[in-house]
Amino acid sequence: MTKFLDLHLCAPFRDFEKLKMMVTRSFELGYRSVGIPLPSNVELDEVERLRRVCSEAGLDFVSRVDLAPKNTRELLVSLRRLRRRFEVVSVLCTSKPIARQAAKDRRVDVLCFPVARPRNRFFDSAEAELASESSSSLEIDMTPLLSLEGFLRIRLISSLRREVAIAKSFRVPVVISSGTTNDSLLRSPHDYSALAVLFDMDSSLALSALSEVPFSIVERNRLKLSPDFVAPGLRVVRRRDP
Amino acid sequence: MIRRVKQRYLALKVESAESFEEGDIRDAVWSAVIQLFGEYGASKAGLFLIEYDKQRKEAVLRCSHRALSMVHASVASVTKIKGKPAALHVLRVSGTLRALGKKRHVQCSE
Repeated sequence: MTKFLDLHLCAPFRDFEKLKMMVTRSFELGYRSVGIPLPSNVELDEVERLRRVCSEAGLDFVSRVDLAPKNTRELLVSLRRLRRRFEVVSVLCTSKPIARQAAKDRRVDVLCFPVARPRNRFFDSAEAELASESSSSLEIDMTPLLSLEGFLRIRLISSLRREVAIAKSFRVPVVISSGTTNDSLLRSPHDYSALAVLFDMDSSLALSALSEVPFSIVERNRLKLSPDFVAPGLRVVRRRDP
Repeated sequence: MIRRVKQRYLALKVESAESFEEGDIRDAVWSAVIQLFGEYGASKAGLFLIEYDKQRKEAVLRCSHRALSMVHASVASVTKIKGKPAALHVLRVSGTLRALGKKRHVQCSE
């Protein structure tokens, strides 16, 4: 059976009751793993508490940080400071220089673009080429697709269609996630894959964007964060007893 | 020779704190299809609400098999019914009503 991962469940991690409700709902909808964005200054015991709540609900917890830098310098500083603290690092690209820097940096896992301003969605072929070389992924949050109406939704679908086509041609992995703060806007993986038809993403590709692609990102990073990791392709298998 | 139109049956779960009538569910699905795919798309969907269990908040919807992806996307896009927050989840899809009934039964007993 395919395992699904919602890499962007914006559960309020300090509101324990709501968090528990959203995590339980995710499990009921068929997810087996969730990525919850945390503030960069989060304490270790808070992360452990979150991990415990998720594990009680039957879910694997993935720690994630959403960076929204004002310039490239701030992005580099944040990456240096936070990369080894979180399993997934995403960058909200609000300007072209930030988008380009994020796409070429191997420490960035996921690229996000603002929904409200389609002109600020900088995922073009140059961006895709850089992202493909550094194995960054393009993230598509599905909540705006449900919450927006009329002209705004039409514009969003049109942008997503263009971006998915570019990602396909440059072999940039696409991640589909909920991006919701509200449990009534959560949908099952199969519902999301049906919605992906709107931006010309076929069902099998959409399902892999909800399972294989995010799992490979998490697996890759967990391996890198483990104490046995030495370098890409090189890890400690066994240690000699002192 | 005219080919027989194949149908698909969808079992839906209505998720809301409110209680709705059969007509409300029908209107919500139709409006979602029209909103996303227009009147032309809706005309090809062959939509029909077969039953709605108000107590269990479950419905069975029929559509043309060619329009399944369109109807599934529309159903998933429903966020309000009669102006109140609600969600429709597709539980099962089947080619016959009988098989759908069996699948739902298996799911309930699980």
